[in-house]
Amino acid sequence: MNTRGLGSQLKDSIPVSELSASGPFENHDILRRGFSSVKNELLPSHPLELSEKNFQLNQDKMNFSTLRNIQGLYAPLKLQMEFKAVKQVQRLPFLQSSNLSLDILRGNDESIGFEDILNDPSQSEIMGEPHMMVEYKLGLL
Amino acid sequence: MLHSAWEPQGGFSFENCQRNTFLETSLKGLRVPHARKTGTTIAGLVFQEGVILGSDTRATEDSVVADKNCEKIHFIAPNIYCCGAGVAADAEMTTQILASNMELHALSTNRKPRVATVTRMLRQMLFRYQGHIGASLIIGGMDVTGPHLYSVHPHGSYSHILFTAMGSGQGPAISVLEDRFKPNMTLEEGQKLVVEAVTAGILEDLGSGSNVDVCVITQDGAKFQRAVSTPAVLSKRQGKYHYPVGTTAIMKETVTPLPLEMIEETVQTMEVE
Repeated sequence: MNTRGLGSQLKDSIPVSELSASGPFENHDILRRGFSSVKNELLPSHPLELSEKNFQLNQDKMNFSTLRNIQGLYAPLKLQMEFKAVKQVQRLPFLQSSNLSLDILRGNDESIGFEDILNDPSQSEIMGEPHMMVEYKLGLL
Repeated sequence: MLHSAWEPQGGFSFENCQRNTFLETSLKGLRVPHARKTGTTIAGLVFQEGVILGSDTRATEDSVVADKNCEKIHFIAPNIYCCGAGVAADAEMTTQILASNMELHALSTNRKPRVATVTRMLRQMLFRYQGHIGASLIIGGMDVTGPHLYSVHPHGSYSHILFTAMGSGQGPAISVLEDRFKPNMTLEEGQKLVVEAVTAGILEDLGSGSNVDVCVITQDGAKFQRAVSTPAVLSKRQGKYHYPVGTTAIMKETVTPLPLEMIEETVQTMEVE
């Protein structure tokens, strides 16, 4: 099975736009980011940062590859179709979705890890601006 | 500007790592707060009818005793217990997550939990975090295949053995175990040996102290006993160190009255029986 589709989604660096001033009117946030330097923006700040960002994707890749080897091409293909279908069921753009069906398909509904305990996205302190995001989604913006 | 590529993700957040490294390198006199380690002696062995686990009860923060009576033997399943050494918080959270996952696993497979399952789940989690989770654990339990004892290190390596000790006091504890361990001991012999091993760790190692906790796991279940023995008791003072009044001669006495003004006086009556 062609796992290159998943591979193209792997993140091998932290996007630069997050880390420095991104618009003509935005200040580089020294309080939160510290002084800007090229090294800081290109290299991850912690050895685990990249591997954790890509962890779920790598798990999926491994599982699909094993499934392909054991059960043939159709099994992972069908599962990937179900993944795509289930990812489309979301709430409004600024709200966090629970992704329950996706968890069930991945088998994460029967285990508890640090992603369930720490840094719960529904408790996040930052949220997108609701009106702007909905207008953008509807194409009114 | 819409950050469509950025979504809040659960799990560990690395937001402050850059800032922290920057602070450490640029501020020379900065003392970074250290995680509290358990500074432990934990030991376990397999005997005739099951497994015995033992631990001390001292938790240290650098060179200060943070907790004189902490619990280092954690519950994973009714027939599986786990001793934790290393960073106290990491050991505690890891064992709690393991216990929850084992319960879910047992419910979904409808089978009693096995020690090998616990060990494998633990190893996979620790390897994922490449040793940054500083938890060394001894897992012991009795399942359908018999009594088992595993020791797992922070990077994810493990050993399946008949007796082991871990923590900062593992040197003295392992020497006692190596000297006196025999396969298929009775409960009394086994418990006595575990207590001796942990006591050796408590007496020789500065990071271990207070009491010895013991957990015995057999076919009938687990029995957890706190403070089975207290090897190090504070000794009584040998002499009196109080000096009588007048021991030091007074050479000169000067009295300087402070000019104080009474500004306000309030009287509050107290209920006295």
